Amino acid sequence: MSEKKTNRRDFLFTATYAVGAVGVGATVWPMIDQMNPDASVKALASTEVDISTVNPGKTITVLWRGKPVFIRRRTSEEIADAKSVKLEDLKHPEKDEDRAKNPEWLVMLGVCTHLGCVPLDQKGDYNGWFCPCHGSHYDTSGRIRKGPAPTNMEIPKYEFVDTNTIKIG
Amino acid sequence: MSEHEYTPKSKAGKWFNDRLPLLSLANHLTDYPTPKNLNYWWTFGGILTFCLITQIVTGLTLAMHYIAHADMAFDSVEHIMRDVNYGWLIRYIHANGASMFFLAVYIHIFRSLFYGSYKSPREIIWIIGIIIYLLMMAAAFMGYVLPWGQMSFWGATVITNLFSAIPLVGEGIVTWLWGGYSVDNPTLTRFFTLHYLIPFLILGLVVLHIWALHVPGNNNPIGIDIKKPSKDTVPFHPYIVIKDGFALLMFIIVFAFFVFYTPNILGHADNYIEADPLVTPAHIVPEWYLLPFYAILRSVPDKLLGVVAMLSAILILAALPWLDTSKIRSAVFRPLYKQFYWILVADVLILGYVGAMPAEGLYLLIARVATAYYFLHFLVILPVLGFKEKTLPVPMSITEPVLGGSVNMAAARSKESSRN
Amino acid sequence: MRNLFWISLFFLLTTNFTVLKSAEKEEYLKTNWSFKGIFGKFDRGALQRGYQVYTEVCASCHSMKYLSYRNLAEKGGPEFSEAEAKAIAASFEVTDGPNTDGEMFTRPGKLSDKFVMPYENVEAAKAANGGAYPPDMSVLIKARSGGADYIYSLLQGYVEPPEGTSLDEGVYYNKYMYGKKIKMASPLSDGIVEYSDGTETSIEQMSKDVTTFLMWAAEPHLEARHKMGFKAIVYLIILTILVYFSMKKIWSRVETEV
Repeated sequence: MSEKKTNRRDFLFTATYAVGAVGVGATVWPMIDQMNPDASVKALASTEVDISTVNPGKTITVLWRGKPVFIRRRTSEEIADAKSVKLEDLKHPEKDEDRAKNPEWLVMLGVCTHLGCVPLDQKGDYNGWFCPCHGSHYDTSGRIRKGPAPTNMEIPKYEFVDTNTIKIG
Repeated sequence: MSEHEYTPKSKAGKWFNDRLPLLSLANHLTDYPTPKNLNYWWTFGGILTFCLITQIVTGLTLAMHYIAHADMAFDSVEHIMRDVNYGWLIRYIHANGASMFFLAVYIHIFRSLFYGSYKSPREIIWIIGIIIYLLMMAAAFMGYVLPWGQMSFWGATVITNLFSAIPLVGEGIVTWLWGGYSVDNPTLTRFFTLHYLIPFLILGLVVLHIWALHVPGNNNPIGIDIKKPSKDTVPFHPYIVIKDGFALLMFIIVFAFFVFYTPNILGHADNYIEADPLVTPAHIVPEWYLLPFYAILRSVPDKLLGVVAMLSAILILAALPWLDTSKIRSAVFRPLYKQFYWILVADVLILGYVGAMPAEGLYLLIARVATAYYFLHFLVILPVLGFKEKTLPVPMSITEPVLGGSVNMAAARSKESSRN
Repeated sequence: MRNLFWISLFFLLTTNFTVLKSAEKEEYLKTNWSFKGIFGKFDRGALQRGYQVYTEVCASCHSMKYLSYRNLAEKGGPEFSEAEAKAIAASFEVTDGPNTDGEMFTRPGKLSDKFVMPYENVEAAKAANGGAYPPDMSVLIKARSGGADYIYSLLQGYVEPPEGTSLDEGVYYNKYMYGKKIKMASPLSDGIVEYSDGTETSIEQMSKDVTTFLMWAAEPHLEARHKMGFKAIVYLIILTILVYFSMKKIWSRVETEV
């Protein structure tokens, strides 16, 4: 058998394998993608919340994308507390101003960044939140201060539609 | 399993193989000596394996979104069709996959009938195959119930009512099957459970089917015993793998055409209407692959006997290795059998046709004649043919040209009879 | 033996066509559907007009419970702009709740809302329509064996009944209906809606538009399916050719025809 012939055969087999592999990949993708959020789930991306009845020092919890969102109307002491913390003392340095556009209202995903439990309100060493699962302490701005959680509690995208309504998402 | 000892080359491979001989198994499957004259009708075994795996994979993904509840099943199927990423694709593959599976299995069965693959020493392969076929029908029927459309509901009602034909305990069995006094939510949830289970039973039986096949090796178009490995055989890999792959691709092209361009042609429009226990659709027809048996059921005017006839039509196949008395396997050397074979094919097609027609007048008459012929073929023609038929001379091996003269035939026959 | 393949294919196709045929009494009216064929696509204009016919005429009795307003802006559908679809959704009153007082309330619709239903439930729909349930139209085209042609014909099938036909109160004659009697009065009349794009509003045109819309409603991914199908089949043919030649090469080592 000549060398040229061998090469052509090799090319043919390689091409067949390559084209076949593309097809396998293209077939596998739909089977994987079907587990991603579907169109009806994605459509429920935003929710509007009436906050007119929330008094200072109170928190309401609403469900957004299947997760709790804490909406806390902070007292002036809490705000002062949150603002006075030095950034160097923080594990995940973030200014309170960046976390609460309107300092009176803290809107935050109520999910511990450690392993996803819901922290308890007004508990812990920093008068903020405390996660009962593995003992993470958050301050009045929802920033991690002590315990295993790596980052501050997440702030979702939200906006004030008017003074009494917040739109999350 | 393997005829020769296999030792892995690497040390790690040997260590593993001594504890679990998976590498020996892989080696056996690659080297497996296969008759080199297998034609394309033999590729349907591989195609069927593909069908089973496709149904299992698409079925598992559908089950992640489907809700087995009478109030939500129909909605959840629409949810799959509209919102789930590629849901429409997966469902259409699964729904049309059932039809493709049966198309392939019928070709596989009729190939076996033509080339006498069910004969000694392959009776066990054949019987396992019949059990797989029965389980396929059960899985297909229960799967058809799950979308909870009108055909689902009324198909389930009609088929489960077949059991009421059993004297004395029939009614009790039907109530037990339903989990109530009609087909309802309990029926749906148990059908879903069983529909999920059966494919894995089939998978297990397929392993046995292939195992049993690998003991005597493949039959072949000329139906003679061959030496393995020899000039008459080729190793399974790459020869048969590539050939099966080629045939499979042709099959997938047809499959793809159904899925992408006529995804609903094999279904019934009524199944897009949600189940309504108060209204029966005007035409209750099973899926095309069950029509011949449906025709047999309806051709008998007695309820119990109709059910018995239908079941016998399937079970009689299991007795085929003993009903066919001819020593020659392949129809190539059986001129008379070959003609009766084609008549049987036509008979089954006619049964399928009248099964889709209303059971009245001429259609009913045709169905009765065709049913009678179906049983006649297996119970009378086949046993008699084995004794009366003058067969053609059979060659001694695949590589040798076909030799004339009765010497070979006599040799082949004496070889056959010495086996029994 | 090769015949077997053709016979089985023939068998496969004929059985289904014959099943369909037995349900048909009258030849359906034919028209050129843009969505038929391998490259079939929906006519956007027809879909948007068809939606208008549905909302202004059909929606007072027929629900479309599997559709959401967001679908109107999705690719492969009527493709209203996001703003238009939002405006359409907002024009409907949606019942939501319960609120913090435990009461249901109404609000303007959102994209994620399902199409508002004309009746609370099937029984209410029956009661309001002389005992006949106006079927949900989400998958109507797929739920009728004649498909789009049947709906298209039915909408234009109201003719004078032949002599000797007796019709009960609230029953109408339609030559394409199964049994030729239907409890829906002819829903369309010339000029019953006004198209903003200036298309004439003949019964024929409206029938075609609304049927196109219903076809999309029943099969919202039809365009994606056709497109993917073409790619898949072209790919499969290329791979088949490659495998064929590979097979020929491999089998050339043994002296047997493949």
